[in-house]
Amino acid sequence: MSRLQVVSGKGGTGKTTVAAALALALATEGKRTLLVEVEGRQGIAQLFETEALPYEERKIAVAPGGGEVYALAIDPELALLDYLQMFYKLGGAGRALKKLGAIDFATTIAPGLRDVLLTGKACEAVRRKEKSGRFAYDYVVMDAPPTGRITRFLNVNDEVAGLAKIGPIHNQAQAVMRVLKSAETAVHLVTLLEEMPVQETADGIAELRAANLPVGRIIVNMVRPEVLDGADLELVRDVPRSSVAKALSAAGLGGARRGGNAEKLVDPLLGQAEEYAERYALEHEQRSVLGGLGLPLHELPLLAEGMDLAGLYELAKELRKQGMS
Amino acid sequence: MSPNPDRVQHGLTSTRVLDVDPLLDDPGTRIVVCCGSGGVGKTTTAAALGLRAAERGRKVVVLTIDPARRLAQSMGIDSLDNTPRRVKGVEGEGELHAMMLDMKRTFDEIVEAHADRERAAAILSNPFYQSLSAGFAGTQEYMAMEKLGQLRARDEWDLIIVDTPPSRSALDFLDAPKRLGSFLDGRLIRLLTAPAKLGGRAGMKFLNVGMSMMTGTLGRLLGGQLLKDVQTFVAAMDTTFGGFRTRADATYKLLQAPGTAFLVVAAPERDALREAAYFVERLAAEDMPLAGLVLNRVHGSGADRLSAERALAAAENLVELRIVDQDGGKAGLRNSSDPYGSSESPASRPAESAESAEAADPDASRPTASAASAASAASETNSPGPDAEDPGVDRLTAGLLRLHAERMRLLSREQRTRDRFTALHPEVAVAEVAALPGDVHDLAGLRDIGDRLAANRPELPESVVD
Repeated sequence: MSRLQVVSGKGGTGKTTVAAALALALATEGKRTLLVEVEGRQGIAQLFETEALPYEERKIAVAPGGGEVYALAIDPELALLDYLQMFYKLGGAGRALKKLGAIDFATTIAPGLRDVLLTGKACEAVRRKEKSGRFAYDYVVMDAPPTGRITRFLNVNDEVAGLAKIGPIHNQAQAVMRVLKSAETAVHLVTLLEEMPVQETADGIAELRAANLPVGRIIVNMVRPEVLDGADLELVRDVPRSSVAKALSAAGLGGARRGGNAEKLVDPLLGQAEEYAERYALEHEQRSVLGGLGLPLHELPLLAEGMDLAGLYELAKELRKQGMS
Repeated sequence: MSPNPDRVQHGLTSTRVLDVDPLLDDPGTRIVVCCGSGGVGKTTTAAALGLRAAERGRKVVVLTIDPARRLAQSMGIDSLDNTPRRVKGVEGEGELHAMMLDMKRTFDEIVEAHADRERAAAILSNPFYQSLSAGFAGTQEYMAMEKLGQLRARDEWDLIIVDTPPSRSALDFLDAPKRLGSFLDGRLIRLLTAPAKLGGRAGMKFLNVGMSMMTGTLGRLLGGQLLKDVQTFVAAMDTTFGGFRTRADATYKLLQAPGTAFLVVAAPERDALREAAYFVERLAAEDMPLAGLVLNRVHGSGADRLSAERALAAAENLVELRIVDQDGGKAGLRNSSDPYGSSESPASRPAESAESAEAADPDASRPTASAASAASAASETNSPGPDAEDPGVDRLTAGLLRLHAERMRLLSREQRTRDRFTALHPEVAVAEVAALPGDVHDLAGLRDIGDRLAANRPELPESVVD
């Protein structure tokens, strides 16, 4: 099991939720995981129903069996100062750089450098050891940028190592790439059973592979329950409206005659079934596209009541059940 | 029945309705900016608005950032590039052009346009420049703004619709020009270009020492070659991009001008609407003109008077009914009372109970039921084929009811989420777009989205519910 689990996915697929559920799942049985947020949205704090996370590793949840989940929202500017301090003992100079606007430059004008800091910080957490020699975290789960940007994000240090051919930045960049390209890392992609996210997932996998980054699993999120099966859907096409009206009436929903309450339900209900059928066919098609990508596939259910803390534990349980942790 | 079925179908009502057509028709509207978090259908909205405006007679260009091939294909273009291409198949007098932002190309063009040949060559071959321009995230925002400024300056189109980049922080594209400006005015740039400039000035001596210490530090940090690359790049930026700041400021002002309208795009989901609220607040803080919120993928139901609970209970009834049937009993559910309690006339009761009896016990009552319904409504009498005795139909109907229950739950969740937003921002007009079961593949699909976008017309009675 890779110690750095990177979770990406198209916007709107729920990658933050999946990352959080994965961190919980990996923390069960006394393990300690760190959930890292790199995009500054404070999505993790919202999921765990806590106040905004500072740039500080703090415990946000206890997993079943005594495990712990820590979370860290990386602030690029503080990460840079941290990084300068840690690697180059440049505390004072760091402050001076800040006055000069160099920190602004590094973290905003040249956002590529921001990615260097974010990946660097995550890799530092992966490699960090306690005095006892034990790893500080058993697993680090990163809520990473979306699929369209993930390869470039993870590969930024390659680019940096090419730009800075010698010196500490070069060495640091190479050290980070060693972690990211090794079996210690797995990049998972979250998708929905819809055309665009699936297409983006396929493209993302091709890009990751081309960059020699280790692709992990595909997680299909928000899978809707199967309410009508293939036989039902076939019947929908040619069932007489009157028989449905009668069945509705028998179920206690009013008159089946024309204009009766049960009868009035027939059109809208069959209309919804036709939409369902269209989606069903589409989902079926997308599932087979995903199946053709040659990666382990996991499915998480759509939570009927929307996402909350209880739902997160439910998804974590599901991930464990499916052997993702 | 409401005179506006769409409104009923959506099941969601808002305090203010965003009417898209007058906005698109107004010749004073020159720029529409679509912003919102990723995955809410922003690009599709931009394209659908563009098509609609064009078909209503305007000359439109859509600037998209999303490289999704599917969208290009839906406009009949194999791939979009940095030059606006005319979209074929647009109906009416107007024109639709579409282009996709190519960051590197746009950046290169600026360099080529603003530096002499030799300097341009030096910049274009600078490794630091190459990395930056090829798409370190963030460059996109600057370049989108730059391109918008260019398109507007060409004055070839009377409406520009911009799809903003899926930024990590929502309004990076608004901040971009400012950041670049403060960077170009900042001390760092002077530091990086310092060694030559500061040498001879005695009064600057102390500063100079500090500066060399800093360049020394940077040199150690970055490595000598990279520092040199960065310095060369920055110096080139400084001299050739002097005009960039002016242009960026001008574009920023353009966004605040009355001809611009911002549309915040969202889906009725918690995260997307939270981001939308953030956009609304930021736009207000920046004095940017917000036209309203486009709420995509709103689910409705034509049967929204049947609640999830009742639908599930009825589905249960059907399942029980089948068990009873299988037992051969004739004690099926005959108590098919009127679920709505009011609309049925008492006179219709006998027919109704006859029909439900038939549903429970088809052998006995079919002729009676046919007669009854013929008498009451003069219809449905001669529909042959499987009737309620077919267990498949009961099963299907139970499924239809469960599907409906699921839909109603989704609908009420969307409604709650949306109401939370409108409670916070009652001033924001909302256009709800009914969800499509599938994806958009062609102009017809985009047109359909456009119709859905414009469906909330205030001229239709009862569309505004306070």
